[in-house]
Amino acid sequence: MAGTEITYLEAIREAIDEEMARDPEVFLLGEDIGAYGGAFKVTDGMLAKYGEARVIDSPISEIAIVGAAAGAAHMGMRPVVEMQFIDFIANAYDMLTNYVATARYRAFLPCPMVVRGPSGGYVRGGPFHSQNPEAGFIHTPGLKVVYPSTAEDAKGLMKAAIRDDDCVLFFEHKYLYRRIKGVMPAGDHIVPIGKARTARVGTDVSIITYAATVHKALEAAERLQAEDGLSVEVIDLRSLAPLDDEAIVATVRKTNRVLVVHEDTRTGGIAGEITARINETCFADLDAPVLRVTAHDIPLPYAPALEDFVLPQVDDIVLAVRRLAAW
Amino acid sequence: MAARRRSPGPGSAAAHLGESLPLERKLALYRWMRLTRTLEERLVALYRQTKVVGGLFRSLGQEADAVGSCFALEPRDVMSPLIRNMGAMLVKGATPVEILKQYMAKGDSPTRGRELNIHFGDIGPAGTTRGFLGQISPLGDMVPVMAGVAMSFKARGEDRVGLVYVGDGATSTGAFHEGINFAAVQRLPLVVIIENNGYAYSTPTSKQTAAKQFVDKAIGYGVPGEQADGNDVLAVYDVTKRAVDRARAGEGVTLIELMTYRRKGHAEHDNQSYVPPGEIEKWAAENDPIDRYVRVLTEREKVPTATLAEIDASVSAEVDEATEIAERSGTPAPLDALEGVYAEPPRERPLWFREGADVSGLGQERPEGWGTWDASKGGAR
Repeated sequence: MAGTEITYLEAIREAIDEEMARDPEVFLLGEDIGAYGGAFKVTDGMLAKYGEARVIDSPISEIAIVGAAAGAAHMGMRPVVEMQFIDFIANAYDMLTNYVATARYRAFLPCPMVVRGPSGGYVRGGPFHSQNPEAGFIHTPGLKVVYPSTAEDAKGLMKAAIRDDDCVLFFEHKYLYRRIKGVMPAGDHIVPIGKARTARVGTDVSIITYAATVHKALEAAERLQAEDGLSVEVIDLRSLAPLDDEAIVATVRKTNRVLVVHEDTRTGGIAGEITARINETCFADLDAPVLRVTAHDIPLPYAPALEDFVLPQVDDIVLAVRRLAAW
Repeated sequence: MAARRRSPGPGSAAAHLGESLPLERKLALYRWMRLTRTLEERLVALYRQTKVVGGLFRSLGQEADAVGSCFALEPRDVMSPLIRNMGAMLVKGATPVEILKQYMAKGDSPTRGRELNIHFGDIGPAGTTRGFLGQISPLGDMVPVMAGVAMSFKARGEDRVGLVYVGDGATSTGAFHEGINFAAVQRLPLVVIIENNGYAYSTPTSKQTAAKQFVDKAIGYGVPGEQADGNDVLAVYDVTKRAVDRARAGEGVTLIELMTYRRKGHAEHDNQSYVPPGEIEKWAAENDPIDRYVRVLTEREKVPTATLAEIDASVSAEVDEATEIAERSGTPAPLDALEGVYAEPPRERPLWFREGADVSGLGQERPEGWGTWDASKGGAR
């Protein structure tokens, strides 16, 4: 496979496949993941390769999927479970936040498991197939949350998540599944959880973002370079819990102007947390207030005109960066 | 309807397996039940001395269902209790010292002061762990988790069985439904026990379900269902042993409903104002599981009263000694609060306003709270 370009989706599958081949304790559990290969075909071919004992089709029961994964994880197994759409993780919110997240702290119980699923909008999926519910889980001590934007990171973070000794929520952006491709680094490619990536080096303004809006930010940065001569740095967080404070502080100190962008809704979103951390740790380095470009606080609507209005677009980012640069 | 269901007679199937237990094992059942009751009585005393930090949950009148059911497990099997299954935990190897330290929030309690009451466990490989998994407060959640534990037994071809307890109230949760359905579909070696003690906090079973009896739910999950007299310890053992044997033989899930009665409030602060007059007294007088078993032992098994008195004395001595040990332990060091949220990083940093601060005084005063005993306000007797 080395040298061949594969999609973000194929990168996830390759990571799961490699980890299942490496570790017999890794198994898959979810709805329609076996014979059908999953709603987006992420687990396509896994049943044929690993058999029914390790690729388990479940009833429509997110509580049972997450709860059973926790029980198996306590006993030393390494479940990788699928939420058919990440929107449905809400059904398992109690199990994740009350049971899984607290297991190590309250009972010294290992809970090494991955909960993964297609997330995010820009796909005309409507209110229940487009959500970005990551903020609620970042707020819960005991969970780790990752949300890659590139095929390379999707693979490396999935392998790291499966090997992590705690529960990792792995958000996969469905808009990126087949649009984004990459060449996988050779060998055992691991991307450490908790480390951001500089997606574009710049000196005038920093954009801190993750997932699909990394690509919107990069497009905006190219336009700002061409039209305004602005040098924009783009930080791809990759991990949302834990956040890479060092990378955030470093880019603030470098450009002194920061825009935080995310596709999730605004109130209570991660941008607020990042802004607060910047305020507490490097306020004196700022030449302008931290600005946010996020989704509006609206359930995501279906019609293209409505969805495009609600979600952050390249034009919005360009406008915000220009405002920061002119401050 | 509710009144009828709240006065179950000894209506379960004949306890063949239980009755054939050797006398030594039958006396062990008595000892576990007596230890459960005596230890809880000690906890009440400690609660009223304000040494129990949080709420206190009794299983008075339910000792037979907890003890008799868990007695059907092998040491390698794994059980997850509910709040009224301290007796089951004792059978599985939890010690009075652990339970006392846990209730008193000691620094060397099984959860180092992180969790309350009997919320602690010890699971892992057979042989090196005692095989009980600590519950959490949201009800029904342990059913899917124990399905996962049982799934690991099946995946590894281990000869081990899981047992999970829920109350009548938890049967109304989504977690119960999803967990038992999943376990049934996967044909996992799991026994699910519904302890029907008549009340979920203040809510009677008539407001919990329109089903005539909880055991009927087994039909919907396609699993065998059995109901037994939960205050007849040998009948409880019998019905559970059959279910455990089925699970061990690869025949999957069994749903058991044990009919019993909660004679104390939800927790010690609950004054049971919602209970019809005379109901508690009637159960105490006519259907106490220990009284009933004493009659079985002395009348049918011809056990001398002195033998039971010796057991009672040894239990009291054990609880006295455990109390002394537990009381000697100190409170947790405040900074231990930051340890072990994750495997990596192993500890969190104190927030800036606590960096280098003197935290030695934290936790030394016991504030009044919902869980504390206040003699002037009274409470359940």
